[in-house]
Amino acid sequence: MPHISIKGEPIFEIFGLMVTNSVIATVLVTALFSIIAYLYYQESNKQHKKSFFYVINAFLKIIYDLFYSVLKENTNNFFPLLGGFFFFILLNNWFGLIPGVGSIFIVLKEHEELVKVPLLRASTADLNTTFALALTSVVSTQIFGFSYLGVKTHISKFINVSNPVNFFVGILELIQEFARIISFSFRLFGNIFAGEVLLAIMTFLLPVFFSFFSFPIFGLEIFVGFVQTLVFTMLTAVLINMAIHKQH
Amino acid sequence: MTVDVAKLLGAAIAIAVGAIGPGLAIGLIGSKAVEALGRNPEAESSIRTTMILAAAFAESVAIFALVIALILKFT
Repeated sequence: MPHISIKGEPIFEIFGLMVTNSVIATVLVTALFSIIAYLYYQESNKQHKKSFFYVINAFLKIIYDLFYSVLKENTNNFFPLLGGFFFFILLNNWFGLIPGVGSIFIVLKEHEELVKVPLLRASTADLNTTFALALTSVVSTQIFGFSYLGVKTHISKFINVSNPVNFFVGILELIQEFARIISFSFRLFGNIFAGEVLLAIMTFLLPVFFSFFSFPIFGLEIFVGFVQTLVFTMLTAVLINMAIHKQH
Repeated sequence: MTVDVAKLLGAAIAIAVGAIGPGLAIGLIGSKAVEALGRNPEAESSIRTTMILAAAFAESVAIFALVIALILKFT
């Protein structure tokens, strides 16, 4: 059986803080993204731009139009947050599909016995990362709600004593905000982790000679990674749009 | 029944029951999307995007069940 762990495993320790394999992957992906972003920025200032610039520009344009269809004239205010979510989640999802991630092991000494631990792990297949993302999404939605509607109007969405029905609806809204954190984080984590498990199991189900038949699963996982990124960011966009407008 | 057997059985029941609802839901989403496409073939791209988003939401319920099953299996 392949090695499957539901949580990220600690690789080494800095000042008592455990650094897990998913943290290493996150740092790598962030560094990669920073390099791409810096190259894009450099290219955007030049007179004669390379095709690299236009490829990324076209991609950005598609995403911008997608958010514009939800947020309309407010898109510019929220595009930094939503675009950041989009690229972070997309690159992390796809990082887990690179051959070698999850299959290169290092041997560590743990409680006087040697254990094999994968060196890298897709960070969205770790509940800590997706929980942090969900928390950021929900908290920033609330902050935008406060700043666009004012404290009194925004609170009245949750605590409304005008009549009994509105009071219970407000309480449900309040519960929904917390349920949202759970559903956001589990949806992303579940999809990506299930994909990793599927890939690991598929190669072991088939005889060695036929194991290349598991390659359509890679195509499926690339698609799922993209769709889940889209779901996360579009849902955040819709919720922000609901939070910054008054209820009717 | 030992603990291991109960765990495996629990995992199997979790994913088996949890897949029923999303299966029905995705079928309904697909059938309605095809219906909409038949009525209005020009709107294909927007129908496809909405359908994939809706299918992803329905699928996430099955994924919750799968997470429970995986937690039972691998811990």
